[in-house]
Amino acid sequence: MAGNLEIKVNGRMWPVSGGPDTPLLYVLTDEMQLHGPRFGCGLAQCGSCSVLADGVEIRSCITPVAAVADKSITTLEGLAAWHAERKGLSATPALHPLQQAFIDVQAPHCGYCYNGMTVKGAELLANNPKPSDGDIRQAMNGHLCRCGTYPRIQEAVALAARRMAGETP
Amino acid sequence: MNRAAEALDFSRRDLLKSGGAMIVGFSFAGAADAAPAAVARGDVAGPPDPNAIDTWIALRADSTATLYFGKCELGQGNTTGLLQIAGEELDLDMSQLSSVRLDTNVTPDQGATSSSSSIERGGPQVRAAAAEARLALLQRASARLGVQIGSLVINKGVVSIDGDPSRSVSYGELLGDKPFHVKFTGTAPRKPASGYRLVGTRVLRVDIPDKMSAKYTHMQHLRVAGMLHGRVVRPRGQRAYGTNPKVARIDENSIANIPGARVVRRGDFVGVVAEREWDAVKAARQLDIAWEKSLPLPDQAKLPDLIRTAKSTDTVVVNVGDPGKGFAQAAHIASATYFSPYQAHAAFGPNCAIADVKADGAQVYSSTQDVYASRVMLARLLGMPVGKVRVTYYEGSGTYGHSCYEDAPQAAAIMSQQVGRPVRVQFMRWDELGYDNYGPAQVAEVRAAIDGDGRIIAYTYNGWQHGWHINETSTELAMQTPAAERTAGSFSIIVNRMSTGSMYLIPNRRVVSHAIPMTGLLKGSPLRSPLDMALSFASEQTIDELAHAVNTDPLAFRLKNMGDTRWLGVLNAAANAAGWTPRPAASRLSDDEVASGRGIAVGTHHVSYGAAVAEIEVNKRTGTIVAKHLYGALDCGLTVNPALVENQIIGMMVQATSRMLKEEVTFDKTGVTSVDWVSYPVLRFAEHPNCTPVVVQRINEPSSGAGEEVMGAAGAAIANAFFDATGVRLRQYPLTPERVRAALAAGKTG
Repeated sequence: MAGNLEIKVNGRMWPVSGGPDTPLLYVLTDEMQLHGPRFGCGLAQCGSCSVLADGVEIRSCITPVAAVADKSITTLEGLAAWHAERKGLSATPALHPLQQAFIDVQAPHCGYCYNGMTVKGAELLANNPKPSDGDIRQAMNGHLCRCGTYPRIQEAVALAARRMAGETP
Repeated sequence: MNRAAEALDFSRRDLLKSGGAMIVGFSFAGAADAAPAAVARGDVAGPPDPNAIDTWIALRADSTATLYFGKCELGQGNTTGLLQIAGEELDLDMSQLSSVRLDTNVTPDQGATSSSSSIERGGPQVRAAAAEARLALLQRASARLGVQIGSLVINKGVVSIDGDPSRSVSYGELLGDKPFHVKFTGTAPRKPASGYRLVGTRVLRVDIPDKMSAKYTHMQHLRVAGMLHGRVVRPRGQRAYGTNPKVARIDENSIANIPGARVVRRGDFVGVVAEREWDAVKAARQLDIAWEKSLPLPDQAKLPDLIRTAKSTDTVVVNVGDPGKGFAQAAHIASATYFSPYQAHAAFGPNCAIADVKADGAQVYSSTQDVYASRVMLARLLGMPVGKVRVTYYEGSGTYGHSCYEDAPQAAAIMSQQVGRPVRVQFMRWDELGYDNYGPAQVAEVRAAIDGDGRIIAYTYNGWQHGWHINETSTELAMQTPAAERTAGSFSIIVNRMSTGSMYLIPNRRVVSHAIPMTGLLKGSPLRSPLDMALSFASEQTIDELAHAVNTDPLAFRLKNMGDTRWLGVLNAAANAAGWTPRPAASRLSDDEVASGRGIAVGTHHVSYGAAVAEIEVNKRTGTIVAKHLYGALDCGLTVNPALVENQIIGMMVQATSRMLKEEVTFDKTGVTSVDWVSYPVLRFAEHPNCTPVVVQRINEPSSGAGEEVMGAAGAAIANAFFDATGVRLRQYPLTPERVRAALAAGKTG
């Protein structure tokens, strides 16, 4: 069954060796051994497996890989490049501004949910450059954090928005 | 190499090192290089000799140091704090310090990373070891430079003569890449707190950059060559404790259509393995298996009565004065019964582990909080000498106590031993929530009295709860071990004397812990701040009622009844942060649909001092409580890194809000029914309170725990705020909309 299906992940083509019903998550974690997306519930309830498909956040744990064959997948690993391309920046930064903001406000504890928090937050900032506190709360509401770091995620998204407003190509 | 190939290559390198001399720590510089001193120790079963300085510290030629800690990073930042302590005594900067992951062949045994003990109990050991290493280096420098130790100063690992920096020698020149060969006597002089330059400062966490950039290897990311993917197969949701499910029928042909999938069975332990992870998931779902009927669980609505009337083993925890006499002289008595539910650890990423079991030994990777205890349990399960089992720690998702982090590696070990290949077991969401070792439910009867002067003169707390489990589910199923639990001794759970009135000046006080059997109920274990939320919920509402009875501001009432400056310190710190203005509770009731309220409370776990203020809104029509803002103060003695503790306070307040408002394990007669995030809801992003953390720094007091001690205060502050908003008391949490509506409809306390 190998060789038929290819997916585009972070700008590169990847030949899928699993079957077409395989959830995208297992292709990303087992075949590609990426450290961004990760298993949390397998039920699309928590957001730890989130990736962008053509810029839209999806849950890779319930998305059959065949369903994204014609889409461009961006994982946490590719978020900085995706951002640079969207904004027409001359160089790709080492980190997406939100990743840097999370470091600067010392947001995470275990960090397990931050794949989803970063992917979802980046999607929000791409669509809404000046999110209000309420916008951030609503946009992020599908992503759970057991360590209780929501307040600093809120703070970091707002910080990243301010910084992104000042970015120049 | 493309990214994936790089990832694969990294993983392989990681693994090769893991197999031989495993050293892939997160160093601050980001370099994953091997420490010379550890290469040798990696080949030998630990624990390494705690009385040798070389067990704790290795120095390199470039004057950097590798530290060997026995406390694991759980996301609380203890690695950063311990490095600060070591760097302080060694006079090294953070950029010169790194540590390695815990491993039974590599790192010292400092006991479990539990009870918020990393800095409290682990810190002094690290400080003493670093001080002894520093003394040894000074002695060598003294001989090299020809002056007394007292004439030497150290800056970033360079020893020089005070006043003559041209005459100097570096740590690397003195000892780089060579062992100390120094005995750890614990007698070397430590720096006085007044001289600290690194301890007490806001050093950035060493683990965060990699965690944010997808470079960190959580346990769930680890892959090893040649491994199979495994899943456990169990009834969905655990059954009554003491009646392990028994396999009635199993049809292995039912997964024959899944390539390479097969059943692994030992006793009543059932798992499936497959080459591909998705095939293992499908096989676990598809396997046709029937289980024998187990003993029924009780009707959940009757759980409080059942716990209260169960035969108990009683321990008098506190018995001061004569409470009966105090009550006889009371001007007012507050008395009520409270109930706190079973709650789950609910690790956000279900536990995961890899085991590679061979005839002559086993290598296990897991997220255990205690690699050495894990090794003993695995050895028993595998029938091997303890020294043949090696356990290597990889951080999982925040566990907050004894979740399935031993169950998953045991499942992997059972499967690997049977199939002869490494097996990676990832628990599914329902495995983790359904087979968690829950924080036990508690019934509490609290009674307290004041005299005519508003002073607390009598206090009694009676708590009924069961203890903690001993065997993991995988062991119980595979070895068919009988029901076992900790009902007494240091590992049993007991009503904590600290959280039950200890903060007040009470001449007559009695606290009794009633241990009931776990058999027939659910599996219990320590959940962050064990029992403290239940204790503070009951105790601090009782105190609040006394304040209300004499029409006194609840802060003023508490201050009047306290004597300890440290309790007074945190209480005032939380109140000041919140801009507290005095007025009695429930003195601003209105007919508005949405009422606001504020509450204050104190609490702890064992040693530190916690206080919190909560501001909430109650929608009286829907019954919904919204926590708007929480203010939490913590005095944990010498705070090694205030930023780490502030982050812990925020996490505690949000998690306590979740547990107070939303969380409850549910079950029917057959088994647990709260097995995903819909049936076991936790606080969501849009529901989080704003949080203001306050650290009360006490540099001359010993450091004490900082990961649990605001939980009880935060939860109780919310309960007290509800009374302030509505004039009604809630005696059972979580404070769900249904309970709120019912209590308001009843229009009375209770």
